Amino acid sequence: MIQTENDTLVIAGRSFRSRLLTGTGKFKDLDETRRATEAAGAEIVTVAIRRTNIGQDPSQPNLLDVLPPDRYTILPNTAGCYTADDAVRTLQLARELLDGHKLVKLEVLGDQRTLFPDVVQTLEAAERLVADGFDVMVYTSDDPLLARRLEQIGCVAIMPLAAPIGSGLGIQNRYNLLEIVENAKVPVLVDAGVGTASDAAIAMELGCDGVLMNTAIAGARDPVLMAHAMKLAIQAGRAAFRAGRIPRKRYASASSPIDGTIG
Amino acid sequence: MKITLNGDCHDVADTLTLEMLLQANGFGGKRVAVEVNRQIIPRSMYSEHAIRTGDRIEIVHAIGGG
Repeated sequence: MIQTENDTLVIAGRSFRSRLLTGTGKFKDLDETRRATEAAGAEIVTVAIRRTNIGQDPSQPNLLDVLPPDRYTILPNTAGCYTADDAVRTLQLARELLDGHKLVKLEVLGDQRTLFPDVVQTLEAAERLVADGFDVMVYTSDDPLLARRLEQIGCVAIMPLAAPIGSGLGIQNRYNLLEIVENAKVPVLVDAGVGTASDAAIAMELGCDGVLMNTAIAGARDPVLMAHAMKLAIQAGRAAFRAGRIPRKRYASASSPIDGTIG
Repeated sequence: MKITLNGDCHDVADTLTLEMLLQANGFGGKRVAVEVNRQIIPRSMYSEHAIRTGDRIEIVHAIGGG
């Protein structure tokens, strides 16, 4: 029996068996959201905090009805925030919404075209949130020095992008990710940029502790099947990382013994 | 009295608690969070919190997002 039972992802003292975290945006409807989340085997799911629609039918099903907080760890996210103030305010509302829930995803964007993080605002927001008692998982650029700084501030997980949000370009700078992973004492999760299963496997083979994705699943032709593929890729990549790959060599090395060949 | 609710101007009764406002808009017992003039009002205070003219109120909930 292969031992994977004890290989848990620990974030802020909580253990998770799944290393695939999924977003809940862009799905066709709430039923597809639920089926894809189940196929992904995700235990942590991100949500956005937005104004309610005044004057619309309030009896419509709610996201948290299909992904109940007693079954999933809900990770409120500040996607769409462009200032530290907005991000902090959004997460304080989220904490109230989720009955004092402390684990959050911080994301402060700097530019609409690239959706790259504004790292100056991100640092400021992270400091304020940590001081306010939040457990902050932080979306950031793939800059190893910045990752270290965010860890020093007290963030509980560092989440560098692999490529721009929703781009599906895959892992663009694996050496930076490797550097971040090797330096970090908190979990490192790739957040954003994954396009298909092999991208997720590469992130895990580099030693990342997990991957957070949304568009790669929700935007696939068959989101539920892609969620399943991502789950397998994360498991395969993680197992390969733990198994330890062979070194790369320039020339061949025969797999069969030389001794006993005929002729 | 006039209040700003989720960015839009609304005309509401002069005597109104936050709980009444939420119920009138179908949010009674729903999982929402509320800010009045940038101050978060805890759920336990909804029935006591009086709305005042000119208040800027935000009612938020969780929706799908990455």
